[in-house]
Amino acid sequence: MEQLKEKLLSSFIVFENELNGQADSPIHELRREALKRFEELGFPTKRHEEWKYTNLKPVLKHDFKIFPKTEKTIEFRDVKRYFLNEVDTYKIVFINGLYSSWLSDTTHNAYDVCTFSAALNRFQDVLDKYFSKVAPEDQAMTALNTAFARDGAYIHVPKNTTVNKPIEVVYLTTDEGKDMMIQPRNLVVAESGAHVQIVERHQSLSSNNVFTNSVTEIYAHSNAKVSYYKVQNDVKTASLVDNTFVKQERDSHVNVGTFSFGGKFTRNNLNFCMAGENIESHMDGITIIEEGQLVDHHTLADHQFPNCYSRELYKGIFDDNAKGVFNGKVMVHRDAQKTNAFQSNNNILLTDKASIDTKPQLEIYADDVKCSHGCTVGQLDEDALFYLRSRGIPEKEAKALLMYAFSNDALDHVHIPELKTKLNLLIAKKLGVDLEFEL
Amino acid sequence: MLKVKDIHAGVEGNEILKGINLEVNPGEVHAIMGPNGAGKSTLSGVIAGREDYEVSGGDIEFKGESILDMDPEERAHNGIFLSFQYPIEIPGVSVSNFIKTSINESRKAQGLEPMPASEMLKKMREKMTLLEMNKGFLSRSLNEGFSGGEKKRNEIFQMAMLEPTLAILDETDSGLDIDALRIVANGVNKLKSKDNAVVVITHYQRLLDYIVPDFVHVLYDGRIVKSGDKTLAHELEAKGYDWIKNELAAAE
Repeated sequence: MEQLKEKLLSSFIVFENELNGQADSPIHELRREALKRFEELGFPTKRHEEWKYTNLKPVLKHDFKIFPKTEKTIEFRDVKRYFLNEVDTYKIVFINGLYSSWLSDTTHNAYDVCTFSAALNRFQDVLDKYFSKVAPEDQAMTALNTAFARDGAYIHVPKNTTVNKPIEVVYLTTDEGKDMMIQPRNLVVAESGAHVQIVERHQSLSSNNVFTNSVTEIYAHSNAKVSYYKVQNDVKTASLVDNTFVKQERDSHVNVGTFSFGGKFTRNNLNFCMAGENIESHMDGITIIEEGQLVDHHTLADHQFPNCYSRELYKGIFDDNAKGVFNGKVMVHRDAQKTNAFQSNNNILLTDKASIDTKPQLEIYADDVKCSHGCTVGQLDEDALFYLRSRGIPEKEAKALLMYAFSNDALDHVHIPELKTKLNLLIAKKLGVDLEFEL
Repeated sequence: MLKVKDIHAGVEGNEILKGINLEVNPGEVHAIMGPNGAGKSTLSGVIAGREDYEVSGGDIEFKGESILDMDPEERAHNGIFLSFQYPIEIPGVSVSNFIKTSINESRKAQGLEPMPASEMLKKMREKMTLLEMNKGFLSRSLNEGFSGGEKKRNEIFQMAMLEPTLAILDETDSGLDIDALRIVANGVNKLKSKDNAVVVITHYQRLLDYIVPDFVHVLYDGRIVKSGDKTLAHELEAKGYDWIKNELAAAE
């Protein structure tokens, strides 16, 4: 862990040299400050309250290659299955952290769907206004990403504009014969009344260890509507720390869905800063994991103004020795009267070795609010199982059907039908059944 | 068709069924009546294969074969159907998808291809008409938010679709108003044939006005203490279960 820290710190000069003159920009000043903060903070350990149940140390023990230089070409047909194929989409695709124009389909027509690196050259004013403005300064992993922020997705949708098809942001890593660390940096700005839907995926094609430390900032101005879906179905040699920060203005509507089936280690930090009235913030999650997997969801709904609604629905199914963590924080400031905050985390443990640490955390400083939270940990309902089996459905399929039914309502806010179908297929596959009905 | 032979069963060492004998032949309707706690639901659960119950003695044969070692799904594939007293709610799975899965799993077990979609739909329409159900019903989540009557009607709808050889209706009349009772009973009657059989488990006589039994059995304290024809049900209704209790006490 210390070794990796030293390696990263000493690499910063190399990184600066590669920036070709950008080293004097305000953005780079932010990078320098972030590096300093990371140097002070170091990697989080189990001694940190926010990382008490999730140990990052084993993830960081590898000798990661941190500046992949080669741009690999991949044939689309070889990675086609990681995309939504039944619907036309914009695509922003990266291979080993570097942009792949070959696999991408971007635009600058009515809106900008391109890369962070392109925006650094073309849209410096936008970046100055938004880059690292909602990402908190005191989180080591975010500071580390900011320090090395070089590329990722850049999506800017002007006022009252609707992006006419979903945008797919896909990070692929290839086999370079070495363990690899990548740090994507995404920025989404939806101006007033803009609408956009984004699907994000990290996929390793490598048999070596891949560690991704990703930061996404999402700004939703008044009346904007943003849907951001994360499909986390990576291989068992891949680890991910995903940091997503959302800032909303009045009357905006943002939902983030996190669907975790794969990967060895996944930590999701998802923060909503609700900076206006009449905001709706939705967080949905389905976690279905097994042997040797860990998924940790840390969420924050920060209610700063009156009349806002936040809703969290996380479902988890844990098999073998899988480990889950849920920490849902709801903060209601003194002025945030008439807040309506709902939080629910329901879990099924399929074995005695599986575990979930779940913790709702409510801090309420206003007096006229409606806040509810609940978490459950249980097994499959034996009565329901018998009901299905008595109708001729074999035990394995019956269990899968119940698990499917259990997780199903967390898909209610997936508004791209093709994605919903894909998620349903992933769920069925993960549950090890070919469910007879069309999902 | 069904032979229950001196069956003893219970939960966690407590014996609930203390030696039940029952024979059901094709074309027959049997009613099993009895006070609460007599073991009526245990009997239906043991026949359908509920794993909570331990069978400590006796045997159950269905179509000439012992079924005690069969999983609930195998028993269903063999033609046993249990209509639940409290059907389970399964959100996110529609009635039509559930029935499709159920039928096709049974067909798979019998080495048949899945039922073609058009045939399935036709059959569903037919059975829904029989049970006076509207078509919006098919796309609703299984039993979720259903009224008591809708749940029971849904049970009989599944029975109609699965066409079992032996249908056990466990307290199907509970929670039904008189109109729903009539519709459900009418459905069951239309499904009766010389090849199948129905076992009606009930606390009250009123369902038996509509589904007329050939045999009535009184289950009390884990045993069938009295059997007769449909007049026994009327007698029970008039005299109450105390009559049986007193009779038994007098015999001892």
